[in-house]
Amino acid sequence: MEIIRRYEQVLAIINKYGKAKEQLLSILLDIQATSGQNYVAEEWAEIVARELDLPITKVHDVLTFYAMFNIEPKGKYVIEICKSTPCHVTKADAVVAMFEEVLGIKLGETTPDKLFTLMHTNCVGACDIGPVAKIGDQVYGNLTAAKVAEIVTSYREVSSCQK
Amino acid sequence: MSKINKLISANCGVIRPDSVEDYVKAGGYEGLKKAFTMKPEEIIGEVKKAKLLGRGGAAYPAGSKWEQLLEIPEFPKYIVINADEGEPGTFKDKILLSQDPLRVIEGMTIAGYVFNSHDGYIYIRGEYRAIQKVFRSAIDNAVKAGYLGQNILGTGFAFHIHIMTGAGAYVCGENSALLNSIEGKAGRPRIKPPHLAEVGLFLMPTLVNNVESIANIPTIVLEGGEKYLSYGTKDSGGTKLVCLSGNVVNRGVYEIPFGVSLRDIIYDPELGGGIPNGKKLKFFHLGGQSGPIGSQAQLDTLYCYKALRNAGLSVGSGAVVVMDEDVCVIDYLKGVTEFFIHESCGKCTPCREGNKQIYAILCKLSEGQATQDDMAVLRRLIDTMTNASFCGLGQSATVALNTCWKLFKAEFEDHLNQKCPAQVCFTEQGRGE
Ligand SMILES: Cc1cc2nc3c(=O)[nH]c(=O)nc-3n(C[C@H](O)[C@H](O)[C@H](O)COP(=O)(O)O)c2cc1C
Ligand code: SF4
Ligand code: FES
Repeated sequence: MEIIRRYEQVLAIINKYGKAKEQLLSILLDIQATSGQNYVAEEWAEIVARELDLPITKVHDVLTFYAMFNIEPKGKYVIEICKSTPCHVTKADAVVAMFEEVLGIKLGETTPDKLFTLMHTNCVGACDIGPVAKIGDQVYGNLTAAKVAEIVTSYREVSSCQK
Repeated sequence: MSKINKLISANCGVIRPDSVEDYVKAGGYEGLKKAFTMKPEEIIGEVKKAKLLGRGGAAYPAGSKWEQLLEIPEFPKYIVINADEGEPGTFKDKILLSQDPLRVIEGMTIAGYVFNSHDGYIYIRGEYRAIQKVFRSAIDNAVKAGYLGQNILGTGFAFHIHIMTGAGAYVCGENSALLNSIEGKAGRPRIKPPHLAEVGLFLMPTLVNNVESIANIPTIVLEGGEKYLSYGTKDSGGTKLVCLSGNVVNRGVYEIPFGVSLRDIIYDPELGGGIPNGKKLKFFHLGGQSGPIGSQAQLDTLYCYKALRNAGLSVGSGAVVVMDEDVCVIDYLKGVTEFFIHESCGKCTPCREGNKQIYAILCKLSEGQATQDDMAVLRRLIDTMTNASFCGLGQSATVALNTCWKLFKAEFEDHLNQKCPAQVCFTEQGRGE
């Protein structure tokens, strides 16, 4: 069953980090990355707390403190557009508009097929190729309308191959 | 004379990043070998002579920091390297981490030897997950080749490096917040004193240095402090990785000796190459969001700690963000303040609330609704935050605003009178939320 498979996956992640309390961030990031919806569900947060012998409030504190964690489901691919000033002055706002156009959603929303969520982020350390968007570990720079369309298409294709 | 001097970035893009063989062939690990023939006090002596100032932003003398930690009798001691690099406009540590990680590893190992420490931690920001993998591979290869792990180079000395990840919180770059984050907690700053040299990671004596600072250590040990100092100016030893971004032709990371002028950094064809599209320079922002803003009139200032400080500017992280004439000062400052609203950890009131109040007034300015009373409140907010914030984030969040206000008084006045010289405000496509 799906839920049992996921439970084992979560336990495997926790064990990979030796159940060490100081590995909490790594454990939660991995759980999020393998969730398919880019978030850490409450049930898995509770499992982490139990396995690491931490109060659940400490896990919640970490989940809500760090910007990279989501506690609500997101799209399969979260597109994060940098809005820090070095990117802003190289026209990051225009890039938001381009993604909104191609995806047919507004910033902060998820596409109806649950494939993409569009968000802002702060500097991802790629200011030399601004304006930039980050999807997972991948950073795309010097964005133009053509590139934006190409990126979205490539993710749609990957996703339909996986189905 | 070239304005570039690759003391620590020569390998970047040239060797395979995680190959010990390549690194050694390029002269790597000679610093560590020499360090093993020296006493810890001698090594620290060279770091002091080098006048290496912390490259993470605070410019604290590395030699003094090392000396203080050496004197502390408790063990174990920990070596912590700050690779949080969250300062917008800063992407230099990334180059070292991804293209020459063994230099960082060698520097950490030398520090381990100096303090008889057996565990080093490197905290790499969560946005650099892909780079963490390269770094991990470099560590594994160094262990295999006998440069790391048990009994390094047959000396009997053991040193291990652990990679820790961030998860998107700028305040974790603050050294005490960093340690909390490494311990797996929310990264809120700690009260100081006690200093981290006494009560640091897991409450033990700890060294916290920036990636670029530690990457300089092998060179300083190998060439000697005096030689290293001579590459820079009298007070600022060696070189600096500067990060050029914004409205400048050649964006990127450049290693320059201290003493090059700001004009050269922005305009020299070998460096920034000027402003794109024939536009004029309006202002530049140094050292990150918490750094000061400078204008045309300051372009002949030399890039070194002392000259910049005398001109009201600073090196900070090495960020040099260039803005052309189309950028509105108020709109820009809104962006800076939004950053601090988002990154404030919320622990203390001046920073948590102050940034929001400043943002509200900047919005009023950009909408033509601000009054002289608002400007008086703005002034008080700046003073309160600078003096009463708990950590460096809140204390320096208003530096850009304060310096900009002095440089562009007229543009503030214009906005009070519903005029935006750059024609960004009072138009339909004003900056959205
Ligand atoms: C809000 C805040 C953010 C900081 N971010 C960083 C950072 O990302 N990287 C860094 O090396 N230092 C950062 N620092 C400075 C560190 O507190 C510390 O001074 C530095 O890591 C010490 O290393 P150094 O002396 O080698 O520069 C930050 C400081 C503050 C107050
Ligand atoms: S100044 Fe206060 S609220 Fe702001 S980051 Fe530091 S501790 Fe947190
Ligand atoms: S400001 Fe956008 S990546 Fe740095």
